[in-house]
Amino acid sequence: MRSSKPLGLAAMAAAAALTLTACGGGDDGGSGTEGEGGGSGESVRIGIKYDQPGLGFRDGSEYTGFDVDVAKYVAGELGYSEDQIEWVESPSANRENMLANDQVDMIFATYSITDERDQTVDFAGPYFVAGQDLLVRADDDSIQGPADLEGKNLCSVTGSTSAVNVQEEVPGVNLVEQGGYAECVTFLESGQVDAVTTDDIILAGLASTDANQGKFKVVGNTFSEERYGVGLPQGSDQCEAVNEAITKMIEEGAWEDAVTANTEGANYSYNEELNPPEPEPCGE
Amino acid sequence: MSDYLTDFVSLFDQYDVLAAFWVNLRLTFFAALGSAALGALIALMRISPIASLRLLGTGYVNLFRNTPLTIILVFLVLGVWSQLGISLSSDFDQNFFNWAVLGLSLYHAAFVCEAIRSGVNTVPAGQAEAARAIGLSFLPAARLIIFPQALRGAITPLGNTLIALTKNTTVAAAASVTEISSLMKTMIEFRPDVIIAIFLVVALGFVLIVVPVGLLTTWASRKLAVKR
Repeated sequence: MRSSKPLGLAAMAAAAALTLTACGGGDDGGSGTEGEGGGSGESVRIGIKYDQPGLGFRDGSEYTGFDVDVAKYVAGELGYSEDQIEWVESPSANRENMLANDQVDMIFATYSITDERDQTVDFAGPYFVAGQDLLVRADDDSIQGPADLEGKNLCSVTGSTSAVNVQEEVPGVNLVEQGGYAECVTFLESGQVDAVTTDDIILAGLASTDANQGKFKVVGNTFSEERYGVGLPQGSDQCEAVNEAITKMIEEGAWEDAVTANTEGANYSYNEELNPPEPEPCGE
Repeated sequence: MSDYLTDFVSLFDQYDVLAAFWVNLRLTFFAALGSAALGALIALMRISPIASLRLLGTGYVNLFRNTPLTIILVFLVLGVWSQLGISLSSDFDQNFFNWAVLGLSLYHAAFVCEAIRSGVNTVPAGQAEAARAIGLSFLPAARLIIFPQALRGAITPLGNTLIALTKNTTVAAAASVTEISSLMKTMIEFRPDVIIAIFLVVALGFVLIVVPVGLLTTWASRKLAVKR
């Protein structure tokens, strides 16, 4: 068994080399395009959701939704043409880290402004004020708001703000938590749950997809206020410029067009008392 | 730094981390019982003299061992509960817990079966021949002669399966069971200011649960090994 030692060493070296190459490969993928903020000719990396129809949705090579439209407009105002935008998927749980680790330059992903998040990232906006609402089957008139949920079955996404909110609001509700809203809509359609809850504009987006047209309706009785902001890395100098772009988008009417176009067919109207919002001044 | 520490400690006032880990432990316990019973049965089928039972056992192992656990749980909840309307409990939350236990048991039974079969292979063929020679038929021979020796030899692989099961209970979030991984998602959603600490707490929790299991199986496999 004399030869076993050098052989073992060789095997270890090979394994280590493999591990290192794996790491190197990952790094290359991440920093393929260095986005220096503001310069023309460079690209800008924008984080969006890929799985929320009506807000941020990837359909093959197309990106659609309200978040995407606002992002395109803001990027345009900052001097980036549409093909200079590099879309990056930003799931809810990864948003802070992606900004802190310089994986994206800005995030438009139903990103509610909260004090806890403000500690680790900067926010521009808000560009929309959503509110938690309920999605029910189109022929169901028994649920008019959270008060009617007592003892009913409800679906939301695991660990989401909406899931926690609704349990505080209606402790007697039966809550199913799933990985995404698509699963929730399946439950709603099969009749195992009576309502799906999250922000009204997300529900409207879900209800207005081709497959769901006419099957569901948004109740329209919001019970929270979610101010969607543009996530920026802490200490970013882009905040003022983004706010100006949002203000301009609202004044020009492009904002209104984007909301209407992305929620068509869901019989949805946004909360007009709170929308369109006025961006808050930057910097604490 | 002390600010960070205060923020971190406030996390435990806000969220019941121990209760969430307790759910994982209960899932582990019931799924371990379920998969042990089912796994032993399938192992018995795979070593039985009846060809059709052997085929059935092999089919089960190949089907469930090669299907991702998430797919099994999503199938049970999205397919069987949602579409077919079959509930395992009249209580809404207990229903999902039961589905998760069933899914975990079905999946890990395949691994338990193979662990037991590897133990059977440590029993010399002479033992089975001797059992036959004194007039024992298959079932009594398996129960009295083969399995007692096989289980002793299978302690290490069974321990590995138990450790895998413990960690796999986090997949139960896919079946809408509120356990530690879904609590972790909630904590990240609301407290991104201490995100690294949240990860470390959950990871440490699993280390604390799993390391004793590993030590125990190593000790038991030495203590109970059949000296040949």
